Amino acid sequence: MKRLGNNRNLTGLLFVSPWILGFLIFTAFPLLYSLFLSFQEVKITTDGIKTNFVSFGNYEYAFSVDGTFVDRVLTYLEEMVISVPIIIVFSLIIALLLNQKIKFRGLFRTIFFLPVIIASGPVIKELIDQGITTIPSIEQYAIYQALNDNPDGFFNGILLYLIKNLIVILWYSGVQILIFLAALQKMDKQIFEAAKIDGASNWEFFWKITLPSLKPMIIVNLIYTIVTYSVFSLNPIIEHIQKNMFKVDTGYGYASALSWIYFLIIAAALSIAVGVMTVKRKKKYT
Amino acid sequence: MQTKTQQVNKYYLKTKRMFLGMQGTDGLLYKLLIYGLLVGIGFVYLYPLLYMGVYSFKSLDDLLNPLVNWIPTQFYTGNYEQANKVLNFFSTLMETLYVTVLPALAQTAVAAVVGYGLARFDFRGKKIMFVLVLATFIIPPQVTLIPRYIFFNELNILGSLSAFLLPATFGQGLNSAIFILIFYQFFRAVPKALEEAAQLDGAGHFRIFFTIALPMALPAIIISFLFSFVWYWNETYLAAIYFGDALTTLPLQLQKFVATYQQMFPAEMGVSGGNQLNEGIKMAGTVLSILPLLIVYFITQRWFVEGVDRSGITGE
Repeated sequence: MKRLGNNRNLTGLLFVSPWILGFLIFTAFPLLYSLFLSFQEVKITTDGIKTNFVSFGNYEYAFSVDGTFVDRVLTYLEEMVISVPIIIVFSLIIALLLNQKIKFRGLFRTIFFLPVIIASGPVIKELIDQGITTIPSIEQYAIYQALNDNPDGFFNGILLYLIKNLIVILWYSGVQILIFLAALQKMDKQIFEAAKIDGASNWEFFWKITLPSLKPMIIVNLIYTIVTYSVFSLNPIIEHIQKNMFKVDTGYGYASALSWIYFLIIAAALSIAVGVMTVKRKKKYT
Repeated sequence: MQTKTQQVNKYYLKTKRMFLGMQGTDGLLYKLLIYGLLVGIGFVYLYPLLYMGVYSFKSLDDLLNPLVNWIPTQFYTGNYEQANKVLNFFSTLMETLYVTVLPALAQTAVAAVVGYGLARFDFRGKKIMFVLVLATFIIPPQVTLIPRYIFFNELNILGSLSAFLLPATFGQGLNSAIFILIFYQFFRAVPKALEEAAQLDGAGHFRIFFTIALPMALPAIIISFLFSFVWYWNETYLAAIYFGDALTTLPLQLQKFVATYQQMFPAEMGVSGGNQLNEGIKMAGTVLSILPLLIVYFITQRWFVEGVDRSGITGE
């Protein structure tokens, strides 16, 4: 019997072995190597790569000299705090709508999943550049002008950002809608009927049953949104890292340091977001 | 008199029922609200596509004429002819398919194998591996980009398909973690009984995987392949760095559309119009670079939409 168990153990390992191998070669090793590079000054010469240990020099440079980087990180964080909740709430609303018994459901779904295809590529950039993704003629409205006249206030800034980018934000919610919708369709119909018999209104049903049962999916979507928002190739920080990679005076070492700082920021943002969600959850149920 | 009030009452109830419904979900007002929202938001998504389509058919006169808004005065295909030349459409399309379909296939295949291994077997370090799989999702590609670049350079596979294919074959491609999770969830949800029966009949693990588990996983395979395909298609950042000038894709060509255009059709001094790049040509280029993806999407959208329910993306 024990031999059989060992056998299963080995077969399991055999199945996952491509991944383990790939992880070591293409992820773990590059990860460590880039950590190593981030402490070096890297020069590419004709005989290969020459490194020169500079301790935390690259990291200090990023925060003290490179103003663009700090600037961009701050705007990135600010925009993320605003956009991510909107994306989550919006995709949840869409998923709820699509889950109703409606006519042309297939057609609507086809339209609402379009962002999955378009928003991850350069086409969206082309569309943003052409100004198709802003609310048409918004500049003419009084509210916009009033906001534009004093853009310094905190809330004014947020509102302005929202008005300018609302549609782009909506474009980033394709996969999230998909995940919510799949979860909604898995929900047991009997619970709904039982609640109906007990006299629950739709409103109560949503807040007391649908939403709590979607909590895990909300966390999944939160992680997904933050990650895709961060690694999206049009993200200004990523452009900055790429620019530094091929610059002569900064080079690979500095770019590695930047990407590590960025990585740590993303990880911190993720753990804060997930932490907030789970803490709330515990309070509610104990 | 009484009958009259009763009648009025009846009508009142009837209209109320019509507008608000019996249960709150089938009233006319409620329906109006839902359809209003759906159409409104749907329009937000369709608007850029419509805009793109309409502008790509506008001739220069139509573009300059402020009276021509949504319907071009003539069916003008000149934009497409020029965009076709700039993008070098058919050969670029073939190249794009070459660098997207193969890695997508490899990635789906390996994700199925690894997902099956994780779902069906217990082995030491499985939990650690699970955490690592999830971790690979949140590592920004920029962190591993430079070492991989140096590494690929030494292997001499920069500028060839292997730069995409190799990581994909070993489960380290674009968003591989998501696909592994999809298959993991799927195989976990499938009852073991059939496989156990086959095992009693003396079939080996690999035979069970190929003849029983894999055919059952068709929804998961389709959805993984489609997503993988779309993501590889739209990947320009890594493609630009790994492929350099050796291979190109439609989205990459679109990115340097303006530069290529100006190279091919140098602006003649003093002559306005004529060869100038205009919005119509740019939109035609954009349409061309997204069209193959849209076609694939409209053909397969049934699986996109329904496969989501069956492939167990959300788990149990």
